[in-house]
Amino acid sequence: MRGLVKRYARVEAVAGISFDVRAGATTALLGGNGAGKTTTLSMLLGVLLPSGGSIEVLGCDMLRERHRVLPRLNFTSPYVDLPKRLTVRENLSVFADLYGVARPSTRIGELAAEFDLGAILRRPYGELSAGQRTRVSLAKALLNRPDLLLLDEPTASLDPDVGDRMRSYLERYQKDSGCTMLLASHNMGEVERMCSDVLMLRAGRIVDQGSPADLIMRYGRDTMEEVFLDIARGTVEEATPGLRAEGMLP
Amino acid sequence: MTRGALALSLRRIRAVWRRHMYLLLRSWPRLVSMAYYPTVTMILWAFVTLYLAPTNSFLQSAPGFFIGAVLLWDVLFRGQLGVSLTFVEEIYSRNLGNLFVSPLRLHELVIGQLALSVLRTLIGVGGACLFAWLLFRYSIFSMGLPLVAFFSGLLVFGWAIGLAVSAMLLRFGLGAEELAWAAIFLIAPVSGVYYPIDVLPAPLQAIAHMIPAAHVFEGMRGVLLRGVFDATLLWQALGLDAVYLGVGVVLFALSVQGARRRGTLLQMGE
Repeated sequence: MRGLVKRYARVEAVAGISFDVRAGATTALLGGNGAGKTTTLSMLLGVLLPSGGSIEVLGCDMLRERHRVLPRLNFTSPYVDLPKRLTVRENLSVFADLYGVARPSTRIGELAAEFDLGAILRRPYGELSAGQRTRVSLAKALLNRPDLLLLDEPTASLDPDVGDRMRSYLERYQKDSGCTMLLASHNMGEVERMCSDVLMLRAGRIVDQGSPADLIMRYGRDTMEEVFLDIARGTVEEATPGLRAEGMLP
Repeated sequence: MTRGALALSLRRIRAVWRRHMYLLLRSWPRLVSMAYYPTVTMILWAFVTLYLAPTNSFLQSAPGFFIGAVLLWDVLFRGQLGVSLTFVEEIYSRNLGNLFVSPLRLHELVIGQLALSVLRTLIGVGGACLFAWLLFRYSIFSMGLPLVAFFSGLLVFGWAIGLAVSAMLLRFGLGAEELAWAAIFLIAPVSGVYYPIDVLPAPLQAIAHMIPAAHVFEGMRGVLLRGVFDATLLWQALGLDAVYLGVGVVLFALSVQGARRRGTLLQMGE
């Protein structure tokens, strides 16, 4: 992304951000509510047109050639749902067709086994618990074995056990496929565990970036949670007055 | 387009079709409700015909006039609803984000919607036609081959209005849902469903000439009352249909582009 800007009538939701995401790695996009994470992800997905700047995804210009990229990309987001009156299997079959998945029944079977969906495949999506829906959404996001996976709060409503299993699966999937992941999450434990790079957003700008370990050390904190609070609340200047002067903070 | 790309494109259209077929086939109340309104309206007009026919020479010579008119009007209405309600369903489901992030292209979504509209129209109007024959021994097929022309002319106009309504829904959200049901009635007075358009005041006649449905219903009256099929009326209707369908597609495409600018595709829902 280069110089990406999104302006609404009076609000600049994203104010000229530029970043690269390393292929095959997981990068976290962090920030408080309204920082610009979902706006950035939406522009990456091509469902939101930027007011300025450029986006290159998997070697293609997302503004001009998004249909070359979309078959290799997938996502989950709490902002979208699957049709509630269709069963889980029907939903997955429909999306398998949309993504041109080869041998869809086999693929759905594999994902059902991985995400423990076997017992709910025949149930309407609308009758599932929040956690079950999240698992189904993740299964939908992995149907086409994406090369780029955008995950917006992927484990938000999962209990710790299931959340841990999902993270393990995503890590395994990445190791096996070389998939690149971009993760927006408020779960700092998840970020520390899964992400090798972190982009910190505030008011539509990238205010810091680095690996979780680097950020924790640089801010003199013990956890990413504390780093997040420093940056999101804008207290980093007061908390670490000397760091910026020493060139340790951007 | 290569054969592989065409196969993938057809699969995506099939996905749109399957997503709604799952819904339709599972719910018999949904199927019944599609045929309910056309059937009830047909029965109403059939009884009006039975009441008036003994003293009305016009209806004595064309007893199926009102029933044929109401059944063809429902082709237009169901054709429009078939497109716009399919889209309303996606908004209710908060599924637009999934669709527009998938490789599904806009023309594939539109083709899927149109195919569903044909099916919904056949179910809705087909049910009413069946009851017209069972209860009143009236067969709409007595119009012969011109029926195919009338059906096509009205269905395509219904698609055009359905796409325009979908564009409005995308622009104004579910607050405009009422339009999906009511939009068609705006053109009813100038469509000449039950009367020739030359009974209208001159300004409305001028408008009627721009409405494909008016040409179709003029053609229907020619077949039912005089036994004459005027091909000129059909070509006028189809020509106007092509223009309106083009306008509908452009409006829908522009509204999608507008939604991508405003960022409403991911959030739009109930």
